[in-house]
Amino acid sequence: MNYLKDLTKGFLKDNPTWGLFLGLCPTLGTTGSALNGLGMGLATTFVLVLSNVFISLFARVIPDKVRIPAYIVIIAAFVTVVDLLMSAYTNTPGPNGEPSLYDSLGIFIPLIVVNCIVLGRAEAFANRNTVFASLIDGVAIGIGFAFSLTLLGSVRELLGSGSIFGMKFIDGDGILVFVMAPGAFLALGYLIMIMVKLRKRLSKA
Amino acid sequence: MAKESTFSGMLITLLLITLLSSVALGYVYELTREPIAVAKMAKKNMAIKKVTPAFANNPVDDVFSVPSDGDSLYLYPAKDSSGAVIGYAIETFSNIAFSGSIKLLVGFLPEGNIKEIAVLEHKETPGLGDKMMKSKSDFSYQFEGKNPASFVLKVKKDGGDVDAITAATISSRAFCDAVQRAYNVLPKGGTQ
Repeated sequence: MNYLKDLTKGFLKDNPTWGLFLGLCPTLGTTGSALNGLGMGLATTFVLVLSNVFISLFARVIPDKVRIPAYIVIIAAFVTVVDLLMSAYTNTPGPNGEPSLYDSLGIFIPLIVVNCIVLGRAEAFANRNTVFASLIDGVAIGIGFAFSLTLLGSVRELLGSGSIFGMKFIDGDGILVFVMAPGAFLALGYLIMIMVKLRKRLSKA
Repeated sequence: MAKESTFSGMLITLLLITLLSSVALGYVYELTREPIAVAKMAKKNMAIKKVTPAFANNPVDDVFSVPSDGDSLYLYPAKDSSGAVIGYAIETFSNIAFSGSIKLLVGFLPEGNIKEIAVLEHKETPGLGDKMMKSKSDFSYQFEGKNPASFVLKVKKDGGDVDAITAATISSRAFCDAVQRAYNVLPKGGTQ
């Protein structure tokens, strides 16, 4: 098995956002700024890697008929772990009273449990592959997800607030719509278009 | 994948998995309980510090509540090193906001002047009502240094002294309502 190829599949070919079109709800909801997108991506990566590892570990002993509830329990446990850890360590507000990372991601952290990319990888990959291959898969898809969320967050923050990761380099208010929900759809649509184009060009070459 | 789905097999697997998960969660919960409490405390302290004069006590320890409209307002007294009250941070709310309720932390000086106002929670429309936050517009600056005894906490449309946020009169009204509510419970005379 070619692990390097597996590790990079998350960026383009199997990217959750523009390859598989999974987990779009948190993608749209949490990418108002680059930092939020990155935070959400990393939290999901944590859950994805650990749930992939444990599901591939237990897949052989879980009876077929109850595998979905069993997977969900495993995933939910790791999501709760992330939620507890984040409320403990990423809960400090910014110097000017900006909400903390934990506050601005809000309900989307507990909702990782219903992110179809996590259960999707469990069903499509982890339960029929070795523990190590599942680990690689979790890392690859997770990094791909974090990458696409950070990219989308950066684009929206740049257009909407004139800054990236809170660093301001365009004066003024920016195009407000990109920080709000309609802008998420717009930016995501164009981003998907570019990525599909890119993928076609690469597969031809 | 295990192929046999016998009743006892399913029962035992699910039981074991839920048991293992709950043990692991209990462990993480114990591990993070302390840091979570510390983070929450720091967050509250930071907000209080922003709206009151520099204090020497721990306002969260001295908190007391006053009932208002079926809910409670929380008063955090800020004291200097001699123990004299030098201001109050009052956690207040309003239920007449555009969507949901808003929660503010209003800092008062002992004689009743507003020092600063921080928004703790709101669900107002981004770009309109959310301009009540300091980071979004200058709206809340007009309250600073004013004493509600002479400064009427109503938007100008309603005969008050407050310049409402453009296109967000309802949010502005709720903001005034919350500040007025806080002023109503402020211990007058400056001492407690």
